[in-house]
Amino acid sequence: MSEQFPSLFDVEEMELSFGPQHPATHGVLRVQLKLDGEKILDAKPIIGYLHRGTEKLFETMAFPQCIPHTDRMDYLAAATNNQGFCVAMERLLGITIPPRAAYIRMILAELQRLASHLVWLATHAIDIGAITPFFYTFRERDAILDLFEEYCGARLTLNTIKIGGVPFDLPDGWVDRCSALVEGFPAHIDEYEELLTNNRIWKKRTIGIGVVSPEDAIEWGLTGPPLRGSGVEWDIRKVFPYDRYDEVDFVVPTGVNGDTYDRYLVRMEEMRQSCRIIRQCLDRLPDGPHMARAPKVLRAREGMIYGSVEAPKGELGYFIVTTEKSTQPYRCHVRPPSFINLQVLPEMVRGHLVADLVAVIGTLDIVLGEIDR
Amino acid sequence: MTDETPKPPAEDTPAPVDETPERPSESTPEATAEEQQPADEKPAKPKLSDEEKAAKIAAAKAKAAAAKAAKEQEDAEPKPPWEEKPVPPEHADAADDPEVAALAAAVADSVLGADNYAGHVTVSIPRDKVLEVCRFLKDERKFAFLVDLTAVDWPEREEGRFDVVYWMHRFEDSKRLRLRALLPDSEPIASVTGVWKTANWMERETYDMFGILFDGHPALERILTWEGFNGHPLRKNFPVEGIDTGAAIYPDVYPPGGGPVRDEEVEPPPEKKKPEKATEATE
Amino acid sequence: MGLIEGRFDRNILTTSYDKLFNWARRSSLWPMQFGLACCAIEMMAVLDPRFDMARFGAEVFRGTPRQADLMIVSGTVTEKMAPMVKRLYDQMADPKWVIAMGSCATCGGPYKTYAVTQGVDRLVPVDVYIPGCPPRPEALLYGLMQLQRKIDRMTIARHRAS
Repeated sequence: MSEQFPSLFDVEEMELSFGPQHPATHGVLRVQLKLDGEKILDAKPIIGYLHRGTEKLFETMAFPQCIPHTDRMDYLAAATNNQGFCVAMERLLGITIPPRAAYIRMILAELQRLASHLVWLATHAIDIGAITPFFYTFRERDAILDLFEEYCGARLTLNTIKIGGVPFDLPDGWVDRCSALVEGFPAHIDEYEELLTNNRIWKKRTIGIGVVSPEDAIEWGLTGPPLRGSGVEWDIRKVFPYDRYDEVDFVVPTGVNGDTYDRYLVRMEEMRQSCRIIRQCLDRLPDGPHMARAPKVLRAREGMIYGSVEAPKGELGYFIVTTEKSTQPYRCHVRPPSFINLQVLPEMVRGHLVADLVAVIGTLDIVLGEIDR
Repeated sequence: MTDETPKPPAEDTPAPVDETPERPSESTPEATAEEQQPADEKPAKPKLSDEEKAAKIAAAKAKAAAAKAAKEQEDAEPKPPWEEKPVPPEHADAADDPEVAALAAAVADSVLGADNYAGHVTVSIPRDKVLEVCRFLKDERKFAFLVDLTAVDWPEREEGRFDVVYWMHRFEDSKRLRLRALLPDSEPIASVTGVWKTANWMERETYDMFGILFDGHPALERILTWEGFNGHPLRKNFPVEGIDTGAAIYPDVYPPGGGPVRDEEVEPPPEKKKPEKATEATE
Repeated sequence: MGLIEGRFDRNILTTSYDKLFNWARRSSLWPMQFGLACCAIEMMAVLDPRFDMARFGAEVFRGTPRQADLMIVSGTVTEKMAPMVKRLYDQMADPKWVIAMGSCATCGGPYKTYAVTQGVDRLVPVDVYIPGCPPRPEALLYGLMQLQRKIDRMTIARHRAS
């Protein structure tokens, strides 16, 4: 793939702008490429096409009002965004959430992880050329979104995890429907794996592409499956557990080589582990209130707090600065995993072909809403 | 939702009619009028002797005391933390934290203050020592992972308008540390891209949003806003709706600008000299 | 088409012609892939087996504007992206239609900030607005059907100036 051109020939570089409107860029990402034929000499991601000024808006809104805006950043994993904000705010305000709320939050977050990974699989496969998984995965995703809709009324931008717990208790029969979904899910994951994992074309397109060594991964600040695919076992749910993740059993899958194929396997295994977590949470769902006793108007003390959660894309963190007795954040900065994961793109694609660039963008699993905020 | 009012103790007799202070919020004016009507009628009944009245008052007081004791006992029982009123954490000094102590020992005059809030340690450092401190923390103390880098704008503060905040992570024992450097307006600060490569885009974003210049950054340019954007959006004096300079789509027609057209009227032009001339003419 | 358009008043030939061409146009609307933000995910959901868009003939999302006749602006249009939206609209061939999907494309949505264009109709003429944040896939299908009804009203006969 990366053959050496003989030095006798003059190499003429071509500059190509990949995006911002492109089927394979997962949103409005533009990559400025320097090409030598089909081989990439350098790639420069240019972002900002979805910059909406969310961080500025946070400074004008009260704490609970910020939650719908967090939904729209990583729009594929809205519950996790909400959860991150609420975890940070609860640390800031000293609120402890009831166990039932913690378990419901975990169920919602893991369902959201499943939904996000299903979209990742669909788009990653389409980019590489396999269109069939899209129809399979979206069928399951619609079933998960039905559960969300039954719970809180929205399919995509849920706005359903509030500071202090969750706003609604589970509807009647929700637990049974969720169990039925989770029982049948590993069979569906087997279906997807049957299509792709041992597929010769898939392996040729993904093995050895976009390799990141563990030291590079740490140096470049990668988190989530890109970091775990390189062999570093690090998951916020295990290291800084929030919401009672220390009470459930699960394994953090890691890869070996740090290439696209390993990241694919890591995410497939994460889906299975999510099913395991949901099953445990449903079995052990405690009774009790679903919301802590928090005052209606939340006033914070002066200070800085950082709270992070394990989003499907990586470590999603919220850095909130407040002044004394304020009802609004003075500054709320989001640490988006996709923004920091995307920095390593030039390192990953140098020397590869343009088609591999598409595979690498897919494997980093970026969401432009989060990158640009 | 938890019930906020304390449960009343089991009562043998109904609450005395003339002692309304026991339940002040529940009594409406009509109810008190109704309650007082029997009370008014009571003196028409056989008058109570002084001893009987005193006995009744004493009985009522004893009942109130018993109720209070029962409530206190209920309060003394441990309530789960989600039913207590939340108490925000306190700030604590963190000068005895091992990382802070090591930093103070290794790099001279680097620790201006250390604060432990909600379990996170924030160290204030002077802005000219940023590079030294970061290198020490990465190489000697093994904080190999920079989690994020950003800034906070405090426009009223004289010592330094911006707080440039770094926080880093150590994998071996999962320890996190936050650094804070005060920076006055339009003064540069050293870039840490040489220490952690991941700081590249983080510093570009901080430059874009705040206008903070990072010395030594390989390619400091705007990342989230577009070319020709005027201003730094996250500064406190930049309005949320942007600066009204007309549409930025046609740069040859409109000047480069920082935002959408506002619905309100454009600011009136600066006052001209004409009104003064008119008054002079009339005089 | 240019030869006979706008020359004749409504008569049986033009109405038959209209019926045929409008039916062809509305049954094979080819959208351009223009997913910008969250609404793009609901647009993708319209393609999935449950809310099948293929039954409307609109399954083939073209990557290039030259081959598309419908631009579904789904998501927030920022000031940085605005010139691209205009350029892509210009590159589409007539007849072309625009659906503004979601509240960000309709009116800026929840973002009244420095970086968001308050509605894509500041840039391109919009035929159908679909409110919602994000609108359900059924809402997008309803908007598509409204567009189909609008296309049915097209005619090659001379328009009487009223």
